[in-house]
Amino acid sequence: MNASLNHQQDAPLDLAAAFRDSHVGEVLDELDRDLVGLVPVKSRIRDIAALLLIDKLRRNLGLSAGAPSLHMSFSGNPGTGKTTVALRMAQILHRLGYVRKGHLTAVTRDDLVGQYIGHTAPKTREVLKRAMGGVLFIDEAYYLYRPENERDYGQEAIEILLQVMENQRDDLVVILAGYKNRMDTFFRSNPGMSSRIAHHIDFPDYSVDELVSISHLMLSQMQYRLSPAADAAFREYIERRKARPHFANARSVRNALDRARLRQASRLLNRGGQSVISRDDLVTLDVPDIKASRVFSEEGAS
Amino acid sequence: MRLTQGTFSFLPDLTDEQIRAQVEYCLQNGWAVAIEYTDDPHPRNAYWEMFGVPMFDIRDAAGILTELRACRQTFPDHYIKINAFDSTHGRESLRLSFIVNRPAKEPGFRLERHEGPGRSVRYTTHAYATDRPEGERY
Repeated sequence: MNASLNHQQDAPLDLAAAFRDSHVGEVLDELDRDLVGLVPVKSRIRDIAALLLIDKLRRNLGLSAGAPSLHMSFSGNPGTGKTTVALRMAQILHRLGYVRKGHLTAVTRDDLVGQYIGHTAPKTREVLKRAMGGVLFIDEAYYLYRPENERDYGQEAIEILLQVMENQRDDLVVILAGYKNRMDTFFRSNPGMSSRIAHHIDFPDYSVDELVSISHLMLSQMQYRLSPAADAAFREYIERRKARPHFANARSVRNALDRARLRQASRLLNRGGQSVISRDDLVTLDVPDIKASRVFSEEGAS
Repeated sequence: MRLTQGTFSFLPDLTDEQIRAQVEYCLQNGWAVAIEYTDDPHPRNAYWEMFGVPMFDIRDAAGILTELRACRQTFPDHYIKINAFDSTHGRESLRLSFIVNRPAKEPGFRLERHEGPGRSVRYTTHAYATDRPEGERY
């Protein structure tokens, strides 16, 4: 072992070239461009990408490079991008060469847990088989474990999952997602699950600035834009909405934009007298579309 | 006597790596893979038992190999084959079928002659294994 380590010091490797050839840079740039904020998530993906690249170089030199465990858990408040990132993760890991096919199988408790004795195991195995070569995404994973019912079949699904997560690490990556506090409870009562997941990633809440850039991104995808005055109004809307209960980050922004589109449509239809409409009218959301929201009318409401 | 049915049966047994590559080829072509087993080796025994359900929506060979491992564990001394079914219109039939597991000892067949009226003779192949009841043959 020592001799082989010494031997390799002689041959320098071009890390920059290897980085270029792997197209990892493109993947990371794309991630930066498409997802606003999410610094801890991005830095973790960067680390994983770096490790996979270094492992590849090590393997070329005949050094040991065991496949790292990439099972992850995503926890965070509603609308912080857990599902979006999971969808991207399959693609990213595929391009980094970690998973072979790169498809994502998204499931919830209903897809894994059966309704009678002996139904759960085949159902879970079926899902696992389907997910192999890609990423298995279990949304709201804490529903798998129901402590109040000791005969619940969820435990059986968890055990099969654990077995496959341990023994077939190079065949699939499991991502569990859910709200922070309930995930914590879930992992506390399933220490085996917690210890088999290498990456516990917390999704932070977005700041107002980030939410505004998310809204711009969403609007450009929908081919709409905000007039400058509406832009200011929308920032104010986000600030007010954030203070109210049941704020769901990017999801609330999306819903607000959808409602603004509704109001814009009826505003255009009800515009008396004018039957000519310009392209500009069709793509622009204006102040009244934003200001009509309840958030502005219920002044001082909790 | 070594049973020769299906593709590759005159070659040495495929390794798991080779099976994986064949299955991968089937999946690339969009064929549905299924696993079947039997302990009745007669060549006219066309309908083997299917292990589990046909796997229509598997993307990677690892899923099939997991199932194959489970089948081998349940039936270590049976014949097991992998079938690839092509569902495209106009084809709708098996495209590839090969044996992936066989009993340690294959006793083979004997030829039976049924003497008929006059000097006519009808021939039958009879697998020695089927003299014992199902499940105890190998």
